[in-house]
Amino acid sequence: MATTEEIRAGLAELVNEVTGIDADDVQLDKSFTEDLDVDSLSMVEVVVAAEEKFGVTIPDDEVKNLKTVGDAVGYIEKQQS
Amino acid sequence: MTTPSTAIKAPETLRHTAVLGIGSYRPSRVIPNAELVAAIDSSDEWIQQRSGIIERRWCAEDETVQSMSVSSARDALAYAGIDAAQVDCVVVATVSHMLQTPAIATAIAHELGTDKAAAFDISAACAGFCHGVAMASDFVRSGTAKYALVIGVERLSDITDPDDRGSAFIFADGAGAVVIGPSDVPGIGPVVWGSDGEHYDHIRQREDWRDVVASHSPRMPHLTMKGNEVFRWATYEMAKVARETLDKSGVTVDDLDVFVPHQANMRIVDAMARALRLPPHVAIARDIAYQGNTSAASIPLALNAMVESGEAKPGDTALLIAFGAGLAYAAQVITVP
Repeated sequence: MATTEEIRAGLAELVNEVTGIDADDVQLDKSFTEDLDVDSLSMVEVVVAAEEKFGVTIPDDEVKNLKTVGDAVGYIEKQQS
Repeated sequence: MTTPSTAIKAPETLRHTAVLGIGSYRPSRVIPNAELVAAIDSSDEWIQQRSGIIERRWCAEDETVQSMSVSSARDALAYAGIDAAQVDCVVVATVSHMLQTPAIATAIAHELGTDKAAAFDISAACAGFCHGVAMASDFVRSGTAKYALVIGVERLSDITDPDDRGSAFIFADGAGAVVIGPSDVPGIGPVVWGSDGEHYDHIRQREDWRDVVASHSPRMPHLTMKGNEVFRWATYEMAKVARETLDKSGVTVDDLDVFVPHQANMRIVDAMARALRLPPHVAIARDIAYQGNTSAASIPLALNAMVESGEAKPGDTALLIAFGAGLAYAAQVITVP
């Protein structure tokens, strides 16, 4: 069972791979669009990569609710439990 | 099985097929992003970032679905060294010929000077061209036709909503054609095709014609699209289809010289190339930057641009993959003519 920090760090790596954003900037309180400037299409790429990495399913309808890194980490934790 | 009262003769041998020639037509009007941004409260930078489109080609009044088709088909015939009179089948893939019947293919076949070639349109939207190639190849393979023309043609500017933020900057006009005929060795691999009708409304004509007529202020029905959902499907589901297509043809990504995905959006092209882990030697079509998304016409337009620039050479192995409204898709490996 991955810890919150492990999921955050894993997600940060994916955000870095897709967008080039420094993984250290991808913290729980950061908004994907406003703080990190991840656009909607990059978000889809991050989501698909996260599904593969964490073995979860994140439907399109759910993606728009994942405003912050913390929202995404929380969703993945819930799916994994 | 029922016993026939009389034996019916049918061909028993199959032959190999290949793309023998290619041609395309780019409309005369160059429309930069700057011309579209006011209506959708956007910017050149935003459009380029979201789509990779710098400018697109739109038709002038006299550049019609028929005229573009005939022009691209003549170039493809000249490339192949085949006379129009030898063509016995004309398949036209389009969704933007605004006269519903008859099929535009018959008028095109006549104007080209074919000798009563079988001619019909197919409706598979952005996937139309690869559907046409698959069908024409099988017609030639089985002897139903000897030389077939496949034309992808669109005038999407007629059905683009200039006020729709998600699509006004995407769609464009143009035509591309190939000649398919017999070959000593296989030049067209087996098609992988299918549909996902559960998502039939992801990309569609927004209004039914009958509702348009009934409305108080009738206007041309427009295309509408769910961008993020389409992006996800196109990038990841289509990467799987691309892999299956290579497998069926016995081709690896290392064998591949050219990758021509439907030019839907540069971000899809890039993400799909990453998902497929294409080696750096594979030339990737990026015609969308200056042409826009021309639906059924995009693959032959993009491939022909690569042939003309020398990026794709005769004999190269190319993967074509088309996908779009339906949702429908089709893909095959071909040898570049």
